[in-house]
Amino acid sequence: MPKGSEREFAVQKLDLDLLSGETLCIVGESGSGKSLTARSVMGLLPAPHVCVDRGSIDFLGEEITSINDERLRDIRGNEISMIFQEPMTALNPVMTIGKQIDEIFRYHSKMSPKERVGKATQLLNDVHLPDPSRILSAYPHELSGGQRQRSMIAMALAMDPKILIADEPTTALDVTTQAQILKLIKEMQDVHNTGVLFITHDFGVVADIADRVAVMQQGEVVESGKVTDVLNSPNHPYTQSLIAAIPKLKPRDSRISSDKMVMEAKNINKSFAGGRSFFGFGKSSNPVTAVQQVSFNLRSGETLGIVGESGSGKSTLARCVTRLIESDSGQIFLDGVDLMQLNRNSMRLYRSKIQMVFQDPFASLNPRIKVGDIIAQGPLIQGMSKVEAESLAKELISVVGLDEKAYERFPHEFSGGQRQRIGIARSLAVKPEILIADEPVSALDVSIQAQILELLDQIRDQMNLAMIFITHDLRVAAQVCDRVAVMRQGEVVETGSTSELFSSPKHDYTQALLAAVPGKTWQEGILAN
Amino acid sequence: MNRFWGRFSKNKSAVFGLIILFLVILMAVIANWIYPDDPFRLAGKPMSSPGTNGFLLGSDTLGRDVAAGIAHGAKTSILIGLLATIAAVFIGIIFGALAGYYGGVIDDALMRVTEIFQTIPSFVFAILLVAIMKPSIESIVIAITVVSWPAVARLVRGEFMSLKNREFVQACHTLGMNDSRIMMREILPNCLSPVIVIGSLMVATAILIESGLAFLGLGDPNIMSWGFQIGAGRTMLRSAWWVCTFPGIAILITVLAINLVGEGLNDAFNPRLRERN
Repeated sequence: MPKGSEREFAVQKLDLDLLSGETLCIVGESGSGKSLTARSVMGLLPAPHVCVDRGSIDFLGEEITSINDERLRDIRGNEISMIFQEPMTALNPVMTIGKQIDEIFRYHSKMSPKERVGKATQLLNDVHLPDPSRILSAYPHELSGGQRQRSMIAMALAMDPKILIADEPTTALDVTTQAQILKLIKEMQDVHNTGVLFITHDFGVVADIADRVAVMQQGEVVESGKVTDVLNSPNHPYTQSLIAAIPKLKPRDSRISSDKMVMEAKNINKSFAGGRSFFGFGKSSNPVTAVQQVSFNLRSGETLGIVGESGSGKSTLARCVTRLIESDSGQIFLDGVDLMQLNRNSMRLYRSKIQMVFQDPFASLNPRIKVGDIIAQGPLIQGMSKVEAESLAKELISVVGLDEKAYERFPHEFSGGQRQRIGIARSLAVKPEILIADEPVSALDVSIQAQILELLDQIRDQMNLAMIFITHDLRVAAQVCDRVAVMRQGEVVETGSTSELFSSPKHDYTQALLAAVPGKTWQEGILAN
Repeated sequence: MNRFWGRFSKNKSAVFGLIILFLVILMAVIANWIYPDDPFRLAGKPMSSPGTNGFLLGSDTLGRDVAAGIAHGAKTSILIGLLATIAAVFIGIIFGALAGYYGGVIDDALMRVTEIFQTIPSFVFAILLVAIMKPSIESIVIAITVVSWPAVARLVRGEFMSLKNREFVQACHTLGMNDSRIMMREILPNCLSPVIVIGSLMVATAILIESGLAFLGLGDPNIMSWGFQIGAGRTMLRSAWWVCTFPGIAILITVLAINLVGEGLNDAFNPRLRERN
């Protein structure tokens, strides 16, 4: 690693072997060195900042760390290939999928153009893409995330490689798509007898796909072995703590909540305008419906989960409720007042009653303002005196479990989990009645995730808050929510208490979501014992 | 601040530019002491070559001291450059912030106005403005401001458009913060670094425009300026090369120095951009 990094070696004393036809999962939290391990095999380390210091990588008797560039190019894509986390950035946006597949054949084989097209069509067929000829002439942005990742897999398998390296290939995808892609990788592996090196942070995925697993922490493998052994009886304390931190797919017991209604939303609609005419005037065309006829109610002391895949409109709904964006129609009653009817000024009085915790801990805090001031801002706006606001901010910093010294520091000095705590403190400072948490833990590692969820739970009980918890992860929803509403394409398809919804989902979509949760079989096995 | 200076000083040419710029400013500040007399005064024998008759850099056709002119001209250039840039940045931030923050009709209206200014070649526009108003320091500053604010407005608008959707701004909305406070306290500080960079480069452009105007005889007739000196010596370029050459070098060095400093600021504000190259 370059000088001044937090540790001298990104990866240390790592020993791994991969057999053909086998899936080896490398699992670890962010910064554990799992991606760099994969990249070193492909010779894709960000030289000269990071390079292999010592050690060897033996590929079918060939030493990869010392071969020349020409041979390395020959191996890449031909004998070892790789798929990435974000298929949109891994594909060239100005080339059609067909051209990009064609390139591989041109470099690595001597087929005629006609044969190449035939082979490409065949490949897309193999990865179950509908209408291959259309996809061949499509640009990456014209495909869905799942289709793009399928195309990537088709490209990676084009030359029948001995090894496929998959670096978090399903992290950017929805759960149902993830389940399909995992199935596809398994299937392709059986057909081609490929060795798969699969990198992930999700033990659920590991349980579904791996034969063997290696757990990495701070650049070292702390435990490795057969997947069933490691998952069911982990030896190393780090593995134990990671597995303990995984949210279980077991619905929590519903707490007794009062019947006092704090918020009632009725028939909320929101659509976004499409492109505007050439001069920027006039009516917009092609509006996109984001939220459609959504109604819900929220009792005091209750956590309502809103669950759905990306694009289902759950974040838009949250922003409509807080009036960060204006909804097209509908009513939101808070203490008997319809918020939708208020103008900007009178809304300001109600703002503090609904607070939000945001998804991205790095974007949700102003980098130029000290943590203490960020937290004290809200009370100051409400007219609290400076001294009081400062002491409140200090108190909240300790409530969310941060050190007092945090008051004088800037956000960039904190880790993701700590920043999320600051965000929570900021929203609590104005004494809200309702806390809306928009994917508050999806950007965090699993162990940090567990801590933040615990903090939210604790605060909710202490302050008797009502909470709307937005998430795409059913496992998280099961842990924190009393009731869950499932959203799909802007509509709520099913609402019910968490335990009911998980044990007997009524809507087809809810069933599909539940079935797609990674590691479901494994977790059910544990829960049964 | 120390880290900022550390990154800035890594760029050796920027430090060099800063030193030159400092010397030019020093010259402007002490001009009244080293050449206490009016630079328009006929100081001695006309067309003296550098080093003769007590003229360090020679004299022009009327016997005015070229060195005194350069020293006093530095005052004019720096003053006009700074004033025009500050005014342009101010107007540009207001236009850009309102357009970027509110979007929609306000954005359309403000940006169409900006585009009108951008469609006219800036130097021709500046000449036109100074010719309409009487040539004076004020009119020159106004003219340069009018032709240079649109660039700032466009930049600030872009920054505001991307920053206004950041989650920390949304958090401020949910706290009930009003719009002007969000714009001034939350968003503006986050987009100042590119504005400072473009502002520093605008000072150089302003000095060039001022010199060009003075060269064409559209400068303030009561104030010595490098452009005026070049214009006055233009006809004798072959017989008295020093009259044009030294003010020309002064402009070249000053503009170059400011550009180097601007580049250095850019590197210091965006350290990652440089590493990628």
